[in-house]
Amino acid sequence: MRAFDKTPLAIVVATTLLLVGFFVFPAWLSLMVVTIIAKALVVVGVVVLMRSGLVSFGQGLYYCIGGYAVSLGEQVLQITDIFVLLALAMAAGLVAGSILGLLMSRYREIFFAMFSLALSMILYGILSRTQSLGSTDGLNIVQPTLFGIKLATQQAKLLIYFTTCVLAALVTYAVHRYIRSPLGYASMAVRDNEIRVEYLGLAPKKVFYSNYVIASVVAALGGAITALNYGHVQPDMAYWSQSGEFIFIALMGGTSHVAAAFLGSAVFETIRTYALELAPDAWRVILGGVLIAIICFLPKGLWSLTQFGKRSGSSDWDRVVDEKDST
Amino acid sequence: MSFLLSILIDGLIYASWLFIVSAGLTLIYGVMRVLNMAHGSFYAIGAYTAASLVGWYFNHDELPAFGSFAVMALGAIAVGFVAGLVTERGVLRFLRGRDEVVMVLVTFGLLLVYEDLIKFIWGVQSYYASQPYSLLGSTDIGEINFVNYDLAMIGVAGVVAAVLWWSLNRTRQGKLLRAVINDRENAVALGINVNRLFMATFAIGAGLGALAGGLSAPAIAVNPGLGVEVIVLAFAVVVTGGLGSVEGALIGAVLIGLARAAAVNLWPEAELFVIYGVMACVLAFRPRGLFVLDSARKI
Amino acid sequence: MKPILEVSDLNKSFGAVTAAADINVTIHENEMVAVIGSNGAGKTTFVNMVTGYLKPTSGRIQFCGKDIAGRAPREISRSGICRSFQVAQLFPEMTILEHMMLAFAALQVGLKNYFYPLHSQAAETRALEVLGDFGIAGHANARVGALAQGVRKLLDIAIAMVSRPQLLLLDEPTSGVAIEEKFALMETVMGGVRQTKAAVMFIEHDMEIVSQYARRVIAFYEGRIIANGPTKEVLAHAQVREFIIGEIQEAAIVASKHD
Repeated sequence: MRAFDKTPLAIVVATTLLLVGFFVFPAWLSLMVVTIIAKALVVVGVVVLMRSGLVSFGQGLYYCIGGYAVSLGEQVLQITDIFVLLALAMAAGLVAGSILGLLMSRYREIFFAMFSLALSMILYGILSRTQSLGSTDGLNIVQPTLFGIKLATQQAKLLIYFTTCVLAALVTYAVHRYIRSPLGYASMAVRDNEIRVEYLGLAPKKVFYSNYVIASVVAALGGAITALNYGHVQPDMAYWSQSGEFIFIALMGGTSHVAAAFLGSAVFETIRTYALELAPDAWRVILGGVLIAIICFLPKGLWSLTQFGKRSGSSDWDRVVDEKDST
Repeated sequence: MSFLLSILIDGLIYASWLFIVSAGLTLIYGVMRVLNMAHGSFYAIGAYTAASLVGWYFNHDELPAFGSFAVMALGAIAVGFVAGLVTERGVLRFLRGRDEVVMVLVTFGLLLVYEDLIKFIWGVQSYYASQPYSLLGSTDIGEINFVNYDLAMIGVAGVVAAVLWWSLNRTRQGKLLRAVINDRENAVALGINVNRLFMATFAIGAGLGALAGGLSAPAIAVNPGLGVEVIVLAFAVVVTGGLGSVEGALIGAVLIGLARAAAVNLWPEAELFVIYGVMACVLAFRPRGLFVLDSARKI
Repeated sequence: MKPILEVSDLNKSFGAVTAAADINVTIHENEMVAVIGSNGAGKTTFVNMVTGYLKPTSGRIQFCGKDIAGRAPREISRSGICRSFQVAQLFPEMTILEHMMLAFAALQVGLKNYFYPLHSQAAETRALEVLGDFGIAGHANARVGALAQGVRKLLDIAIAMVSRPQLLLLDEPTSGVAIEEKFALMETVMGGVRQTKAAVMFIEHDMEIVSQYARRVIAFYEGRIIANGPTKEVLAHAQVREFIIGEIQEAAIVASKHD
């Protein structure tokens, strides 16, 4: 018997609550919600890749591309409409992802991780040394407009907040469908046994490719929202430690459900806010310790705590190793 | 002509530094299949140790100035060795046999922890230990003035390479290591004491990383965040050369060193770009780097 | 009977090692062929070449008149040759049902695979039908990590049957299960396979199973075919008795002593 899929309903409820929340939340909290969602969108892409066994140490590449696309769209193309800017960023992510995906879908495991790292560091290297792109200082972004109408600061904040929430809801739903589609299952399958997938008549490369492109587009969207939210972009968005942070959030949330990315991002941002206030010198110790503890003791992430009693299984990574040993 | 020569020498100096940083990293990967992100931390620990030791040493006027080299290098190696030992015994040995990418993430966690520990011990201020840097004087080659300390790095890298080659090829322990690097399953089946071997390899690798940090301390400002910067450079070198291969690290270091020197002199904006550009180009044509270790058969 | 697979002058070498030399084999519609040979004789190499996992060094492989040598495994699978594996190749995270539904989904093309759920009533019905043929429908919702070896092997073969292949290559269908279960397992496999009219070529070490299920036997020795003909003749062939059956029995004796 197949269970009724509660996810669409949960998405609608959560989005509605967040939208209402804007009128109740203090300003800093609204800002934080947008930050959390923007990062979570990038992490959704990291999760999609992880489900097929690929760990990208360079997702900052697309995060950065999205951010700079917004800034350059404003400065070079004179676009200020929020929807056009976001569409432009996603298009930039799509184009870059589709091209690089042709190359990257040939790589696996540690080589994929290192190659993706190299690509994002190349962008970092270019941006941080190019005067016309602001070098290490980055670029500023002016407030977006809506259908040609100039907005007051408060209205613009509302616009960014609402747009972020609604887009995140749409992305979550789409990726949720994708994960449950044949391609989604094939992703899990190529992680475990690429050769078998090939014998099913599917091309593993296509599976990796579509995951890579999806991850690129959502990362660019996340970067674009971050850019609009902060009004600023800088090359650090492509630095490898930024990508490391995305992996961290993905591991913390878990990879078994698309919503885990949002859970992970919310917990991460909360811990960070308090840790930086209460123990600024121990922030990285906490971060590093939590990372190692999660890998050792909670390999399916925080999400698995919400699934308590439903299904239990050994660690994804352990299992792969066990499987090899037993044959 | 002299311009080319200066690029060449500049490149070799940078390559030497890269090689010393990467040698330990690639050795650890070859033996343990752990691509150790915390290697950047060992580098930073070495740099801070050396900076502190140099500061202490030059406060004692009665000591001969040249002794500072030995104090600096040996101190860095010793501290790195101990840090490596503690890391391996305290964390990594419990995670043996885990997926390689998982180990990258674990060591990423360690890197973060070490970042704050280093800040806790040494604070956030910059350390300068430039006294040994000027001790050897400088030489004019062509129209360019090179600091002899930098030139000496080429020699040190040569010595490190020679010692590594000799110990891997001519000593019993080294041959055991090579056996593990080349054919893990068989080596384990032959009853090689993997536990001790891993411990020793990790400690030596960490010591090498710290040595690199210690040697560069006089030439730079030792700051927080050093490890994070260095580790990606070392990754570029070892991945270009082929993970786990010491020869590969040497070739990778030379390639990247020369490419960077050319960029710095001809097209300064491309300095960072070119390092990862070389890595990406090599990976695009040789997906596993220049020197490839055997991997297990799938079916 | 119409020939469907025609392999001629097939060679494969790995560096200096010859894994297959001058292989000539023809398989006809509806045939039941056994392949025998000691370990390392080139049986699996042969299957790997026919199914596209290995590229032959030279030679031709024709399937239904088309040259398939050197094609990708997925193309060959889609054109009608499917295989099972010596060690069942499965996805430990997925249930049996999901394996089957993924195999069905793999046959369809287009955007449908990106957005519609894998689970659907129609897909489930079709999957359960095939699983029923192999007697493992009862385990449909179990994850394969928890399954017995015999069930894994059956699932591995059931997956191969999804696309209704014309030719089925089974790589040691009864290996990895206890001796007393071998016949029952083979009976179930053949029961499932007979639902279609696929020709079957299976690699097997157990001569009793070979003589019961095969009409024709191909014997491999050191990368070459040393005998190819009706089962009784091949099993009585002097070289086959000396090189293959003898060795297999010896190996069995050695193995039983080790236990």
